Amino acid sequence: MNGILAAAGVLTDLAETGRTSTGEEVLFWFLAPVMVLAALGLVFARRAVYAAMSIAVVMVSLAVLYVAQEAPFLGIVQVIVYTGAVMMLFLFVLMLVGVDSADSFTDALAGQRWIAALLGIGLGAVLISVVLTARGMQPIGLAADNAEANPVGVARIIFGDYVFTLEVVGILLVTAAVGAIVLTHRQRLVRRVGQKERADARVAGGGSLTPLPAPGVYARSNAMDVAALGADGRPLEQSVSRVLRVRGQERSIAEVHAQIGDVPATTPAITGEEQVR
Amino acid sequence: MNLTNYLVLASLLFTIGALTVLVRRNAIIVFMGVELMLNAANLVFVTFARIHGDLTGQVVAFFVMVVAAAEVVVGLAIIVAIYRTRRSASVDDVNLLRS
Repeated sequence: MNGILAAAGVLTDLAETGRTSTGEEVLFWFLAPVMVLAALGLVFARRAVYAAMSIAVVMVSLAVLYVAQEAPFLGIVQVIVYTGAVMMLFLFVLMLVGVDSADSFTDALAGQRWIAALLGIGLGAVLISVVLTARGMQPIGLAADNAEANPVGVARIIFGDYVFTLEVVGILLVTAAVGAIVLTHRQRLVRRVGQKERADARVAGGGSLTPLPAPGVYARSNAMDVAALGADGRPLEQSVSRVLRVRGQERSIAEVHAQIGDVPATTPAITGEEQVR
Repeated sequence: MNLTNYLVLASLLFTIGALTVLVRRNAIIVFMGVELMLNAANLVFVTFARIHGDLTGQVVAFFVMVVAAAEVVVGLAIIVAIYRTRRSASVDDVNLLRS
């Protein structure tokens, strides 16, 4: 933790009491285009996972900008809460809710996409023009407030002026956790079918309780596809895998008999009809 | 460099987030757009804390982060619940109230 704070301090030194240094300017002009491009990836990415990755880039870059803006505590919280917890949650749900389901690009309302794009660009124009009227601000800087380290200053305000807000936020977090559990909880409508229920159903249903017989093992043929012989010498149909039977790939005893037909006459051939001794 | 640059960047990010909410159909991506807007607002708070020399802006940004975390938990739970019943994460498919 100390190492992180020390590294944060180095970056914070970029901003010497409100005046932006060259280092911060370089940092900003490097990160700002990256952030805007990554954010645009959110609008245009076909796959939801790419969108999640690009928004993670924006969030990490924002953390760096916070640290450069004399807010090392918020920078670290941003990394831990947003990229660490929130984005992981997003990715979990993405994997849960069909990561392969491509976003539909058909409009529910005709031309809705173009109207939305127009309104969005208008909103951006209004916001930026309002912000640009505030040119010529003289930043005061946080050197006095951060004299004792930034987390200390933030903690004084949180646990001083905003302690009631903090408690309300605590209640909100508990409520959100309980709400998430309630929302994703599934009420069981039928009794759970466990091992005992399965065994009872099998006994009640009659039929064979033991495992099915294995297919016959013959030296001259691949025995998986030939039925085993029962105690009475008859082939046991269910000893061959159901898949092979459905595909029609099973072979009869007679075919195997044909293959081993040239054995010495003294050896009794397996016909399937004869008695097993 | 003027600190207004940070505010312009935040406005751009907010606009892109709003555009995402309006244009995209996947509920999870729409949700990410909301997160992007909250992040842009946080950047404005941090920048103004620096401009005014008052740490309260950072404290408010901190509270925004906490509330956003709670919001993500509940929102994603709602998306999962909808996905379980409708087998879809598209906002267009949630139209039960349409006459």
